[in-house]
Amino acid sequence: MIRPLCEAATGPVHSFERRDLRKGFWAPMTIADQVTGSTIAGTAGTARPAAAKLRAPAITLPAIGERELRLDLFRGLALWLIFIDHLPPNLLTWFTIRNYGFSDATEIFIFISGYTAAFVYGRAMLENGFVVGTARILRRVWQIYVAHVFLFTIFLAEISYVATSFENPLYTEEMGIMDFLKQPDVTIVQALLLRFRPVNMDVLPLYIVLMLALPLILWSMKWRPDVTLALSSVLYAVTWEFDLYFSAYPNGFWAFNPLAWQLLFVFGAWCALGGARRMSRILASPVTMWISIAYIVAAFYVTLTWYVPQLSQFMPKRLEQWMYPIDKTDLDVLRFTHFLALAALTVRFLPREWPGLKSPWLRPLILCGQHSLEIFCLGIFLAFAGHFILAEVSGGPAMHALISLSGILIMWAVAWVISWYKRVADKSGTKTKAAAGNADLAGGG
Amino acid sequence: MKARVLLSLILLCGGLAAPLARAGDAVPAAPAACELPPYLLATDSQLHKVAETVKSGKPLEILVIGSRSTTIPASEDSSYPARMQTILKDKLPPTETVHVSVEIQSKKTAEEAAGTFVKLMEAKTPTLVIWQTGTVDAIRSIDPDDFRGAVTEGVAALQNAGADVVLMNLQYSPRTETMISAPPYLDNMRVVAQEHDVPLFDRFAMMRQWNDQGQFDLFSPSRGPELAKQVHDCIGRALAQFVIDAAHLGPGQQQN
Repeated sequence: MIRPLCEAATGPVHSFERRDLRKGFWAPMTIADQVTGSTIAGTAGTARPAAAKLRAPAITLPAIGERELRLDLFRGLALWLIFIDHLPPNLLTWFTIRNYGFSDATEIFIFISGYTAAFVYGRAMLENGFVVGTARILRRVWQIYVAHVFLFTIFLAEISYVATSFENPLYTEEMGIMDFLKQPDVTIVQALLLRFRPVNMDVLPLYIVLMLALPLILWSMKWRPDVTLALSSVLYAVTWEFDLYFSAYPNGFWAFNPLAWQLLFVFGAWCALGGARRMSRILASPVTMWISIAYIVAAFYVTLTWYVPQLSQFMPKRLEQWMYPIDKTDLDVLRFTHFLALAALTVRFLPREWPGLKSPWLRPLILCGQHSLEIFCLGIFLAFAGHFILAEVSGGPAMHALISLSGILIMWAVAWVISWYKRVADKSGTKTKAAAGNADLAGGG
Repeated sequence: MKARVLLSLILLCGGLAAPLARAGDAVPAAPAACELPPYLLATDSQLHKVAETVKSGKPLEILVIGSRSTTIPASEDSSYPARMQTILKDKLPPTETVHVSVEIQSKKTAEEAAGTFVKLMEAKTPTLVIWQTGTVDAIRSIDPDDFRGAVTEGVAALQNAGADVVLMNLQYSPRTETMISAPPYLDNMRVVAQEHDVPLFDRFAMMRQWNDQGQFDLFSPSRGPELAKQVHDCIGRALAQFVIDAAHLGPGQQQN
C-alpha cells in the first residue's frame, strides 16, 4: 500500500523534525528595516567609500535606489513559509522546504537577519561610532519587544475566548492549558521577562537576545571577523558539550536556544562584512557544488523516509542512531550544513543581476521581505485568525486553502501599503535629507 | 482494491444487519465513522504475553493507565476502555475471560505516573498494560528529553513486572493546537516505542484522520457527551483490533 504523502505528520514514521510543527514558528525579524536614509546615503554616496569598501567588500554598496534583492526575496519567501507552517497542515504545507530536507525557513531567516543587521548597523557604527550604533540597535530591540508583547496580548485574547466558549467533554483534559489564567500575576510578569512563551511565540525572544548581542558581535567583527566567527563556533560547541540553555517558565527551556542559534546569526554577519567575498572562490568551485548537491539529495532521501516508511528499511540502523534526533532547539549540525549547502547552490545559480528579480511575479515576495518585522507579526496574527476561522466556521480543505491564500494576499497588500507610505514619507522628507535617495530601498534590510 | 470493495460490502451488510442484531447483540458492526486506513492500525511489535494467555485459555487481564482523556465525565461505560472490553469479548473466543480495569492518574506527568508503576504492578498483575500519556506533559511543556526518559522508565517498569505494554499517545485537539505543542511528545513516544519494541497506538493520527475525513467534527464546541461517546467508541474498537493484531490472534483464534 502506498501511503499518500499527506499523511506524513500522522504516519508511523517519524520525523524527528516534525516537532517543529507548532514550536517552530520562528521567525526572526529583519533587523535592518529601520535604517534611516541619511546613514545609508552617506555611506553609499560619498562619506567614506574607501572605508566602507574595506570593511564590507563582499557587499557591493548598493547604488542609490538599488538593494540586494535576493536577500529580500528569500526573506519574503521564508515569511510566507512560516505563515503556512503556522496553520494546520494543508495542501500548501507541501510546498514548504522543511518537507524536503533538514533545515527550514528558520535558518533562512536567522542567516539573512544576521547578514542585514551587520550590514546596516555595522555601517552605523562605522559612521557614528559605537555608542550611537548601539543606541540604534537598542531602539530596534525595543520595537521587537513591543511586537512580542503585542502578539502575547492577542494570544491571551484567543485563549481566554476558547476557555470560556469551549466545553466539549472530549477535551476536558486539554482545557488544563487554561490553568495559567488562574494566576495571571505570575504568568504575565513571566511573559514580560520572556520566560513564558506560549506556542508560536519563541521567535521574537530569540531575536531580541541575538540583537542585544549585536553590538558586541559588531565590535568584535570590526577587530577580527575571523576570530569572531571562531569564538561563535566555540560557544556553539560549548553549548552542545555542556548542554547550556535558557530556562523558561513554568519549566523547560527556550525552544530556540540563542546560545546555539547565534552561530548562524554571526555567520550571516561575517558574510556581510567581507566573508562572502573571501569565500567566493570556494563557492564557485565545482567541488563545492557537487558536495552540496550530494548532501541535499541525501537529506531529501532521509526526509522521504519519514513520509514513506517503506523506504526506511533501506536506511542503515547505524546511521539512524547517529543522526537522530535532529535537534532544532540547538540548531543541529545537520541542519546547519543543510542550510549551507542550500545557500551555496543559491548563490551559484541565482546571480545578483538575475533579471527575474525585477519581474512583477516576484514583487510580492520581495515587498514582504523588505518589511519583515511587520509582516512577520502580521503572519503570526493571521495564523491565529486562521485557526479561529477554521474552528468557528468550518474546516474543509477548500476553506483551508482559501485561508492560506488570503493570508498571503493580505501580507502582500500590507507590505505594499507600508512601502507606499514610506515612499510618500520619504518624498516629503527629501528636503531635509538632501542626499537621501530612497531610504527604504537603500536599506539593505 | 478488491479488499476495499469487500470491506465496503461487509460494512454495508453490517449496517443493514445492525438494526436486527442490535436487540440481542451488544456489539453492532462498527459504524462507518470508525473507519481507518489499515496502516494506522499496523505495528511491527508484538504482544507475546497476550498471545500466550489467550492461546492457553487463561483470563486476559488488561490495565489501562491514563489521564483524564481516558474517561468521559459521568459516562464511564462509554469510555474507550469499557468499549474495548466489550469488543474484545466479542471478538475473542467465548471461553476467553477479558477484564479491563482502569487506573486514572489525573494531572500527572509521565514521570509522576511512572513513579507509581512498581507498586501498581504489585497490586495488580495484568497481562497487558495500555499506558496513555503525554497530554499533561504537553500542557506543562515538560522538557521533551525528560519526557522521553520518563516514558522509557515507565515502560521498563511495566515490562519488568511481566506485562506486555501498549503506548497510547495524545488526543488530536484542533481547538488547542495553537496552545499545546504536541509534536515533541508524539515524536518521543514513537522513539521509545521503537526502542523498546512496544506497539504504539497512534490515537492522535486516528483522531486527526477522522476529523480530516469529516467523520467527526472535533472543532465542535458542543457541551453534550454524544461526540465524546462516539469518539471513544471508535477508539475502543480500534484499540481492540490493534491488540488482536499485535498479538497475532489471527482469524483462527478469533470467533468472528
